[in-house]
This record gives sequence, structure tokens and C-alpha cells, in this order.
Amino acid sequence: MDANASARLKRRIATVAHRVGLFLAMLVICLPGLWIVLSSLRPTVEIMAKPPVWIPQQVSFDAYVAMFSGVGKGGIPVLDYFRNSLIISITSTVIAIAIGMAGGYAFARHRFRGKSAMFLGLMLTRTVPGIALSLPLFFVYAKLDIIDTHFGLILAYVALNVPFTIWLIDGFFRQVPKDLAEAAQIDGCTRWQAFWQVEFPLAGPGIASSGIFAFLTSWNEFALASQLTRSINSKTLPVGLLDYTAEFTIDWRGMCALAVVMIVPALLLTFIVQKHLVGGLTSGAVKG
Amino acid sequence: MKARRLSAPTLLLLPAVIVLAAVVVVPLILSFYSSFTPFRLTRPETFFTFIGLRNYQRILSDWNFWVAFGRTVLLLTVALNLEMLLGLGLALLVEKATRGQRVLRTIMMFPMMFSPILVGFQFKFMFNDNIGLVNNALQSLGLTERAIPWLIDGKLAFAAISIAEIWSSTSIFAILILAGLLAMPKEPVEAARVDGCTPWQTFRYVTLPFVMPFAYIAMTIRSLDVARAYDIVKIMTDGGPAGRTELLWTLIARTAYSDARMGQANAMAYFSILLSIVFTVYFFRKLAAARTQIGAEW
Repeated sequence: MDANASARLKRRIATVAHRVGLFLAMLVICLPGLWIVLSSLRPTVEIMAKPPVWIPQQVSFDAYVAMFSGVGKGGIPVLDYFRNSLIISITSTVIAIAIGMAGGYAFARHRFRGKSAMFLGLMLTRTVPGIALSLPLFFVYAKLDIIDTHFGLILAYVALNVPFTIWLIDGFFRQVPKDLAEAAQIDGCTRWQAFWQVEFPLAGPGIASSGIFAFLTSWNEFALASQLTRSINSKTLPVGLLDYTAEFTIDWRGMCALAVVMIVPALLLTFIVQKHLVGGLTSGAVKG
Repeated sequence: MKARRLSAPTLLLLPAVIVLAAVVVVPLILSFYSSFTPFRLTRPETFFTFIGLRNYQRILSDWNFWVAFGRTVLLLTVALNLEMLLGLGLALLVEKATRGQRVLRTIMMFPMMFSPILVGFQFKFMFNDNIGLVNNALQSLGLTERAIPWLIDGKLAFAAISIAEIWSSTSIFAILILAGLLAMPKEPVEAARVDGCTPWQTFRYVTLPFVMPFAYIAMTIRSLDVARAYDIVKIMTDGGPAGRTELLWTLIARTAYSDARMGQANAMAYFSILLSIVFTVYFFRKLAAARTQIGAEW
């Protein structure tokens, strides 16, 4: 009886501890983001207040209105940055996915000599730190006169994304059974048809999610963009964020608002792809 | 006829190889060459002066370089180990949860969506000595009288940067390890329990070996872009105050673009590239080893 009671107590303590631990962990994860959203909605006076104002007294969208109403009022040309970011990210994603599909298919379906060395080699090109890569790229781009153009950044981002998309897409093609395509070929499809009609639709969701991953990488990239862009011709949002710190003071509220604008598309996209992303990365983990 | 045609895999991999050669390999060869010249952006003619290993000599005898190098390695070691441990803990917590797992998993992915530059900015905001959330909270709770100069004191700034880095990347570990936990067959765990293992032993000898490959995938992914910490540091302290949080990457940027000494910066860049490659190859091999171990047992 006594042992029963103590065991029950122990279990209850364990459950409570688990709940509390989980809650604290989630709090730590969420708090910074929530704080930014909150700060973007408060007037600057409240952000700067000493002693701190914890409960917002007035909430307004002034920061967002100011940001999108052009250079004169908002201080920085957010719309231009937004457009640049979209153009550069989408174009480089589409190209990276096309190249990545070809490469991933080769790794998943073909045997060739030096396959794992090739794979490692591709990955190693990705390890080059952005800032280290920016030095020679800056020099080459200056010679070719493509600094501060969309084309220059798109090219760089395609190269940045290709290794990782190959890894992911390789994983997704491996999950599609080989027999299906072979059956289609026996039924009279060419290899090309078998790919588009059978394998591609099955791996499709996975490919889409690696596309979104590539998009996010380009959307968030800073080290290269900060050196290869100069003006509103090609500056992207992460570089634009620095505009708020240009002087000795920092416009925290404006920065928070721009941060929210950057994070919302990323948030939505990641939410859509979360399931496939993990599947693609780990598909080779157990059955190498 | 057939011999002259390129084989299918070659053809398929060709675009990837061409792009990577054009944007990564060729520029790197160029920068390797220029690391042997006194090249300055302001004086293009110096590109053709060959000075041998003098750049390397200079940085190898430069104490600041070694401090930055050591600090970078320290940051990576601290951050990766803690991320691994916290990620494992978080994954175990979420796996145990009986309800709302989907929601929890989504929340867990939250930091992954933040671009490193945003992470740097938001932690700069929170650790601000005057208006930051951390100091405000500490003062409101009466834990400290004075404002703590988080980003001004060298050691505290390093801690703040580590926290930002860990916050942003723990979720990658947590998610991949969670995927491993969910994919794990239940029989071995039950068998171990029946055989009288304590929970700790079950975890240590059954669960952990199974989850390790997933952890190494996360490690490999992380080591592919450890240098993204540059963004965080650039925003939070920019290597300051007085170089006390200078990492290899911020040092490279400063030497190349502020001092315009491209040749010397390229020589440094090669050290940072080497560092990344060592990390990646190490985890790649660990991953392969962990895979074969599992393959042998299950």
C-alpha cells in the first residue's frame, strides 16, 4: 500500500516536472520572437522607458505604415528591398531546383565511380564561409562589372543552394521505389517519360520543400549580399535591416517592424514544408 | 559511337559542377593565388607582384589572428556541444508529450526560420544594457541594481553571442533527433526493459546509439554553415568592443574591406575554409561510422 502510494506520487512528480520543463523550453523558444512583434507595435517612447513599461499602453501600426510609405517618411526604401529580395530568391531557387533535380537523380539512381567522393566534394563547396567566398567573388564581379546587379547575386545563390538541394532531392528520389519506374518502362514508357510521369510526381512534395528551403537560404543570406550589393538596385532585406543602424542611434521600432516583415513569409513557408524537410534529410540515415 | 557519348550521371551532374566551378572553385583558386600577393583593392597593379609566403608569415606571427582563431574554435566547440545536448533534451521532452505533439514540433522549428542576421539583431535588442529585455527583467525582479553591460564586457559579450547562436541552431538538432526517436523500432527498448535494464541503461545503450546518426546529420548540416555565425556577431558586436569578440570571420571582413588588404585577408580566409572543411569531413565520417553500426545491429 505504502509502496503503491509512493510510486504514484513519484509518477505524478515526474509528470509535473515534464510539463514544467516543456513549458519553459517553449517559452525560451518563443519569447524573442514575441518580443520583437510586441516592440514593433509600441511607440518608441515606451520601448525606451525607464523603468520599463511591461504592459503596452497603446498599440499602433505606425511603424509599418511609415515603413511602406516610401523613402521620405519611413527612412528606408523597404519596397525596393522587398522586390529585390523576391526577384533574387525566386529566380535562384528555380534554377537551383532544376540543377539539383538532375544532380539528385544521378546520385539516387545511378552507380558511378567516385560517387561518395563526388558527394562529399559537392558538400565541401558549401562549407566555404560566405565571407571568405565574398573576397574573390567581389574581385571577379568587379572585373565583370556585375556588382550590384540581380544577376550577380542570383548566380552566387544558385551555387550556394545547389549542394544542399542535391542532398535533399537525392533523399526524396531514394524514397521512391525503383521498381515503379522500371515497371513503367516495361509498359512502354521511355526513361524520360517514366521520370516525369511516375517518379517526379511521387517525389514532388519533397522537391517542393527543398525548393522552399533554398528560397529561405537566399531570403536570409547576409554575408555575400552585404558585399555584393551597393544600392537599391540590388540590396536585399537582410542588408536593408542595417539601414536602421546607420547612425549612432538605432531605430529599434522600425527595425522590429522590418524584422516582422522578413519573418512572416519565412514562417508561412516553413510551416508548409516541415514534414517533408525532415524526411528528406534523414532518409539515408538508417538505410545508408 | 557509344563510347563518345557522355554517360547519364555525368550529363546529369554537369550543370551542378559547372555552376559550382564558376562561382566557388575558380574564385577560390584566384583567391589562393592572391594570398601570395600584396594585393590591395585600391591598387590593382599589386595583384601581379608575387611575395611568396609573406602574407602567411605575417598572419601566423600575428597574435590577434591567433586569438580570433582560438575564439572561433572555442565558440564552435561550446555552441555545437550545447546545441547537441539541449537538442537531445528538447527532443526527449517533446517525444514524451502525449498531447499536442504537432503544435510542439511546429513551435520547435520556430528559430530555424529566423535569418542569422535577425537572430543577431533580436539578441542585440534583448541584451541592450539600457532598454534590453534581459536587464529590464533582472532589474524589475530586483536581482541586480545596476544595468549589466552585456555587450560591452568582453566575456559577457561572448556569452551573449553563444546564447544567440545556441538559440538559433538548437532546433535543427532537436528536430532531426526527434525524427530519429520517432523512427526507432519499439521492440529493442521493450526487450531491454524486460531484461531488467534501468531507464538510464536503456537510454544509454539502446536509444542513444540509434539516435546518433540523426545527430550526426544535424552536425553535418550545421558544420556546412557554421560561418553563418558571422552574421550574428557582425550585428551584435561587430567584433568589438576593442576586438574582444573578434572571430576569424569578422577579422577577415575587416582586413579585406576596411583595411582593403585583400591578399592578407585571403590568406586568413584559407584558414577559415580549412577549419570548416575539417569540421565537415569529421562529422561526415562519424555519420558513416554510426550508420554502419546501426546497420550491423538492426
